[in-house]
Amino acid sequence: MSLALQTYSSVKDANAALQAAGARYIGGGTLVVRAANEGDISVSSLVRVTDPGLSRIAVSGGKVRLGASVTMAAIARHPELAALAPAARAVGGPAIRNMATVGGNLFAPSPYGDFAVALLALDATIVTEEGELPIETFLAGRDTSRAIVTAVEVALPEAESFRFLKVSRVKPKGVSVLSIAALLRRREDGTVTAARIALGCMADRPIRALAAEKALLGCKLTVQEIAPALMTSSEGIAPITDPIASAWYRAEVLPVHLGRLLLV
Amino acid sequence: MAKVPVQFTLNGSEKAEFVESGTTLLNALRDKIGDTSPKGGCHQGTCGACSVIIDGELRLSCLTLAETCGGADIRTTAGLAEGGVLHPLQRAFLDAFATQCGFCTPGMIMAAKVLLDRTPNPSREDVVEALSGNICRCTGYEPIIQAVLLAARANSQNAA
Amino acid sequence: MELRKDYFADVRKDGLHEIGQPRPRLDSPGHVTGKTAYFADRNFPGMLHLKMVRSPHHHARIRSIDASEAEKHPGVVRVLTAKDVPHNVYTILILIQIGPEDETVLADGKVRWKGEAVVAVLAETERAAQEAAAKVKVDYEVLPAVFDMEEALKPGAPLVNEYHGQNYYLYDSGECRKVRFGDVEAGFAQADHILEQSYQSSPIEHAPTETTGCVVAPEGNDRFTCYTNTQAMFFTLDNTSIILQMPGSKLHFVGGTVGGGFGGKVDVIVEPIAILGAKLTGRPVCFIYSREEEMQISSPRAAEKVVIKDGVMKDGRIVARKVTGYTDAGAYSRHSPYGAQKGAAHYPGPYTIPNVWIDTYCVYTNRTPSSAMRGFGVTIGDFALEVQMDKLARLIGMDPLEFRFINAYRDGDMKAHRQPTEGAALIECMQEASRAANWPVAEKYMAMSSYRKGV
Repeated sequence: MSLALQTYSSVKDANAALQAAGARYIGGGTLVVRAANEGDISVSSLVRVTDPGLSRIAVSGGKVRLGASVTMAAIARHPELAALAPAARAVGGPAIRNMATVGGNLFAPSPYGDFAVALLALDATIVTEEGELPIETFLAGRDTSRAIVTAVEVALPEAESFRFLKVSRVKPKGVSVLSIAALLRRREDGTVTAARIALGCMADRPIRALAAEKALLGCKLTVQEIAPALMTSSEGIAPITDPIASAWYRAEVLPVHLGRLLLV
Repeated sequence: MAKVPVQFTLNGSEKAEFVESGTTLLNALRDKIGDTSPKGGCHQGTCGACSVIIDGELRLSCLTLAETCGGADIRTTAGLAEGGVLHPLQRAFLDAFATQCGFCTPGMIMAAKVLLDRTPNPSREDVVEALSGNICRCTGYEPIIQAVLLAARANSQNAA
Repeated sequence: MELRKDYFADVRKDGLHEIGQPRPRLDSPGHVTGKTAYFADRNFPGMLHLKMVRSPHHHARIRSIDASEAEKHPGVVRVLTAKDVPHNVYTILILIQIGPEDETVLADGKVRWKGEAVVAVLAETERAAQEAAAKVKVDYEVLPAVFDMEEALKPGAPLVNEYHGQNYYLYDSGECRKVRFGDVEAGFAQADHILEQSYQSSPIEHAPTETTGCVVAPEGNDRFTCYTNTQAMFFTLDNTSIILQMPGSKLHFVGGTVGGGFGGKVDVIVEPIAILGAKLTGRPVCFIYSREEEMQISSPRAAEKVVIKDGVMKDGRIVARKVTGYTDAGAYSRHSPYGAQKGAAHYPGPYTIPNVWIDTYCVYTNRTPSSAMRGFGVTIGDFALEVQMDKLARLIGMDPLEFRFINAYRDGDMKAHRQPTEGAALIECMQEASRAANWPVAEKYMAMSSYRKGV
């Protein structure tokens, strides 16, 4: 069997084609073509959709709807998406950002998928033909999910409340040692009233730092007050080991980098 | 095996070929069309040696399927020199000793060209960012960064 | 660039015309226009793709190989196993009489490292070759493996390579390369301080941007043209001639253009099997490592362990140095017996020490065979030596640069290898380094000379 590309104009038709054995959806190609190039012979057909709606960005009422084929480059340069730009720019080099899509990033195994980490902290909604899912539910079931993601909806955070950090060993751009996204609501005196923290590379996919989120409540962002949150940040993590870093190293440096992000 | 037609413009010339479905643009350019200036270093989207410009955007030809490029305007380093005269970036790479083994050079020049087309007077940081998807194992990058800055200066002097 | 001509001014004829002048590189115009022809830029009609079936085990006996399904796979033209290779057991340094032959082109009866080549599949497309390779069935009996040099040298360790009979390379000098100069034990007895430290390194991959590979075209006159990115053209040609039992006149190698080598492309790995494939099929063949193969299969720099024991006086003189070096060859020799020997020739470093003892071992383990990389046998040794020098200086409370001036070798000094020193320039290098790094040393050191007596 050789590799074959099937092109559809609608998601519905593509969804049907995807049910065949060996079929994989292709967005920007940065995951699936790479796999085929490396000799993954389980992929025998690639299914793509040319519907221009998948590449649309719609901002209204403090929310954005990102079509699944929207690229990282399109997000990074969009004037109304400044809050998401740092996470989009953290993905790959310029060429990769022109190709890699929002939808693909949701499926990227660690150490990739930095943008999905941001989406997890922002509690995005994942839209498929079969309905809508909170991102957390979607990520948990993504290995068996066969429905094509068509869009991601997310409430745009206020500039001050959202923070993103990707740590790489190669500057300025390299594969993640880890990435962290944090959405923090604070009172005027700086006390944290709500926290949602997502971690990349701390499992095979983005996960939340639930214990740290809880420990931050009622704290001000000072070295002393965030200390308990940092202590608990590694609760429930199972970092990956790859050529970039060992699980041990990732676990060791997580509290350090979380601390830096919170104390910015 | 199923062959599919692909048709696009390469460095200003019309090209039409039949390729096997699923063929990457890199392989189509190199094996079918005979433009071997994009190089295959990793086929994973990591090294940038296969970088080409498609409709004005930098792309990795190793991860792009040829049949998705119908009607596209594709530019490679092989088409940069005009009438035997080197492009300012090519000149600058020579003058700044920005090549050693040369394998990454065509991809580097493509990445730099996209930068200079949009940002004629880039900062050093702009250059580093623009080249951040391209790996060079020989030079340590500094001469390449200097070459891009040199080409930008040469361009602005020519324009003045 | 600045040329400092005041050093050695009285002993050098100052007729330099090229040094210090910028000259254009001859290969750059090809590089910047994309016209430089690397081996993979050659494409021939009907070219076959070679993919290797590799060992998933570190150490195993091969009970059987069944390639029948692979042979029937659509697009497959030929499947090669050990019995197809005319002279399957080889070693590259046999050309300079460093045997025994200890490595198989395709595994025969046993695999000794994870990734070892077992079966070669030649097919019309890369994809067909990959699919067929997945259908080759190899029945392995997994054997105990050893990954650590010290474990490998212990009695009772699993024997890695039967062609050697023990887990170290047997030099004509015995189990290691040896240097003996003066009386090292007497030196230790005389020393004010003794410092023994152990240093070790992991394998390092060259990671060239262009992966290892070759393209072979059968010519009409029964010759084979091999376009290759080897860094060792004639070495490869001669070894291929031995492996294929084919006169060198039948082999035409075209190369010299390498997309990054750093010493990683001096093994003879892809060419013999690709030429054999071209010979047996009559078709052009390309065998190009994937990025994963380049990182996992190609030889890295050897892991090394270096144990240094020094005797030093309070006044800064090193009076005894004993070095034991271990080079991890992995499962096969390749260039490592030579690398370990280079270590013996390099210690005790650029220092004049009256009592020296050096042993360097080339050790076999079930790891990826290591080979050449930029200064192999020496680079890790220098790391160990210079860290040791800093530690010694700290031990006696002396400035580390001044400590090196005291021990630096100078013209006329007898080296541990019983060669008088000639053309030394360490003193002058350190003087310039002292200025450039703004790390001042006492005036008497700045007045020293490598070649003028009495200063």
